Amino acid sequence: EDEREAVNKDEYSDVLVFAEQLEGEIHPVTYELMGKGRELADKIDQELHVILLGHNLTDQTDEILAHGADKVYVYDQEELHHYNVQPYATAIEDCIKRTKPTIVLIGATSIGRSLAPRVATRFRTGLTADCTILDVRENTDLVQTRPAFGGNIMARILTTRHRPQMATMRYKVMEPIPRVENPTGEVVEFSVSKEKLETRAKICEITKKPDVESIEDADVIVAVGRGIREEKDLEMAQELADLLGGKLGTTRPLIEKGWTEHKQQIGLSGRTVRPELIITLGISGAVQFVAGMKNSENIFAVNNDPEANIFDVAHYGVVGDLYEVLPRLIEKIKNGENILAS
Amino acid sequence: MEILVCVKQVPETKDVEVDENGNLIRDGVDSIMNPYDMYALETALQLKEEHGGTVTAITMGPPQAKEVLKEAYMMGADRGYLLSDIKFAGADVLATSYTLAQGLEVIGLKDGYDLIICGMESTDGDTAQVGPAIAETLDIPHVAYVSSIEESTKDKIVVEKDMADTIEIVEFSYPGLITVTKHVKQPRLPSYKLKLETQDREINTLTFDDLPDDDETNFGLKGSPTQVEKVFPPDDDIEQVMWDGTGEELSDKMYNELKELKMI
Ligand SMILES: Cc1cc2nc3c(=O)[nH]c(=O)nc-3n(C[C@H](O)[C@H](O)[C@H](O)COP(=O)(O)OP(=O)(O)OC[C@H]3O[C@@H](n4cnc5c(N)ncnc54)[C@H](O)[C@@H]3O)c2cc1C
Ligand SMILES: Cc1cc2nc3c(=O)[nH]c(=O)nc-3n(C[C@H](O)[C@H](O)[C@H](O)COP(=O)(O)OP(=O)(O)OC[C@H]3O[C@@H](n4cnc5c(N)ncnc54)[C@H](O)[C@@H]3O)c2cc1C
Repeated sequence: EDEREAVNKDEYSDVLVFAEQLEGEIHPVTYELMGKGRELADKIDQELHVILLGHNLTDQTDEILAHGADKVYVYDQEELHHYNVQPYATAIEDCIKRTKPTIVLIGATSIGRSLAPRVATRFRTGLTADCTILDVRENTDLVQTRPAFGGNIMARILTTRHRPQMATMRYKVMEPIPRVENPTGEVVEFSVSKEKLETRAKICEITKKPDVESIEDADVIVAVGRGIREEKDLEMAQELADLLGGKLGTTRPLIEKGWTEHKQQIGLSGRTVRPELIITLGISGAVQFVAGMKNSENIFAVNNDPEANIFDVAHYGVVGDLYEVLPRLIEKIKNGENILAS
Repeated sequence: MEILVCVKQVPETKDVEVDENGNLIRDGVDSIMNPYDMYALETALQLKEEHGGTVTAITMGPPQAKEVLKEAYMMGADRGYLLSDIKFAGADVLATSYTLAQGLEVIGLKDGYDLIICGMESTDGDTAQVGPAIAETLDIPHVAYVSSIEESTKDKIVVEKDMADTIEIVEFSYPGLITVTKHVKQPRLPSYKLKLETQDREINTLTFDDLPDDDETNFGLKGSPTQVEKVFPPDDDIEQVMWDGTGEELSDKMYNELKELKMI
């Protein structure tokens, strides 16, 4: 039993979610945090609150309310227009001091991972990084599970003696919260004095990255490997990708042949992807490839060698000739056939 | 310029295993410098080449973490400090960053450093939190995910940081802290010549008794608000099905399942 001094947990209540926004647009991770936050709050019979920082925030506030927050704490100040870590930490610190939440959730994005540790340090409380599973016990202790060592192990972490309990949560692992019919949440306006928001770090320039067609963002990927015999056969794979609203990914050998491009490469020396669906065609499943896609939600693998390594990670192993399967699958999707499940 | 680089010793491989008691098996696993920290060190060395000054490497860890400082010497660091004490063991991010910040006072850099450089994350705990937490403890600005040094003078630095959706240019006057990505500079190889030259160079060890704060409860396990309750392998008993048959049968099965998953 842990005998170290602990806070009085009853003095803290409710789940506080940090709403990330960029140039007025709410980052989708916010709705995922709210979805998880709502579930945790319900379980301990408490409320879901959201903190929103920025300038001219009417629309964003409405959006948050429309997703069922019980309260939105709004800091509408010019100094907070764009994310800058120290002023943001100060505003969140202010909100935590005023509202004493038991749990604070922040997205494990490049903003959240840099911001959350500053806030946690101010309260000398625990911060669990990059959580993929969150649950709460009756006594309000947050059960935080996160991958470490690049996903090779999982750790279950608790912050039992301190409040608030803080966690950053990985983007795209939890369900976003749906909109509610009749929002009843309340808006609470707070502010911090200008002097407190000062920092020596000056943001000189912000460039939005062009929306490059990145396979990392694709929800669906059709990945091709050396089982594809000729370059023109890629058209078939591309057609399947188009029908599924997805993108074409590739193993390294096809790039070396000059058939596919570097930015499409999945794997250790390429991109890491975790789409909802990936269909691999004629890919053996070398460790270097698998490292880049094994966390995908639904993996279909088509390969005519039943011993292929790809079947160790595939949820659906399709043992067959891709030239037999693919054209027929494409036809079926095109015709929207209703086939009776066999 | 006085530059401090935080380097961490990590297992050489990420393929670690867990024993039946849920402890990480670290025996027989070689240790290396956290790869990102080589980029941090390279950045420091180049700034020193430009502006003069010293580069000090600091690490917190068990006695064998000394090796990582020797590696830093082989790349060109001037001084190395190891923070090591049984009282530091079991530290989470808060206790780690606090101990490292305390170390600064002893090293004599409390009032006289310009820049602290950390890697963007480690390859073992990989929280990416230590850098920002040190900056907060010292109440100085920090910029995380620095992908390039745009400009530096004796008073200030301008850096580019690579965020998911934006690239930003940030300027600050010293002192401050940055954490770097692998785009910032290509690390030099450890040099054999430097190895010979520095093999007798002292590695300074600091223990709990050397630090200004004499409250034990701020360090190690005691000073750590988070507790790792359990470590376990990821759930890899995924549900798997294998299908074989003719092209017609297989395409039917795939089609049905894709429909079931609402992908079509
Ligand atoms: C340091 C290093 C880094 C690397 N990084 C990467 C990386 O990031 N990404 C990457 O992809 N690779 C990487 N590689 C290469 C990797 O080791 C493999 O060589 C590569 O992934 C194999 O690609 P493949 O599966 O397309 O080809 P193969 O291994 O040749 O597999 C082809 C598969 O197609 C099947 N097949 C053949 N004909 C048919 C058919 N008609 N119908 C169905 N199936 C068929 C075969 O049974 C076979 O399993 C790296 C290698 C090294 C050394
Ligand atoms: C499986 C597992 C999960 C963990 N999860 C958490 C967690 O969620 N929250 C938490 O608070 N702690 C956690 N810890 C503890 C944490 O890993 C340690 O506190 C560690 O000392 C610092 O964190 P890091 O490895 O994540 O470093 P990071 O923050 O990822 O490292 C970034 C940089 O900080 C510097 N740095 C980090 N550690 C040192 C050091 N010892 N000496 C010198 N420089 C250093 C380096 O420049 C490094 O590149 C976990 C540990 C394990 C084993």
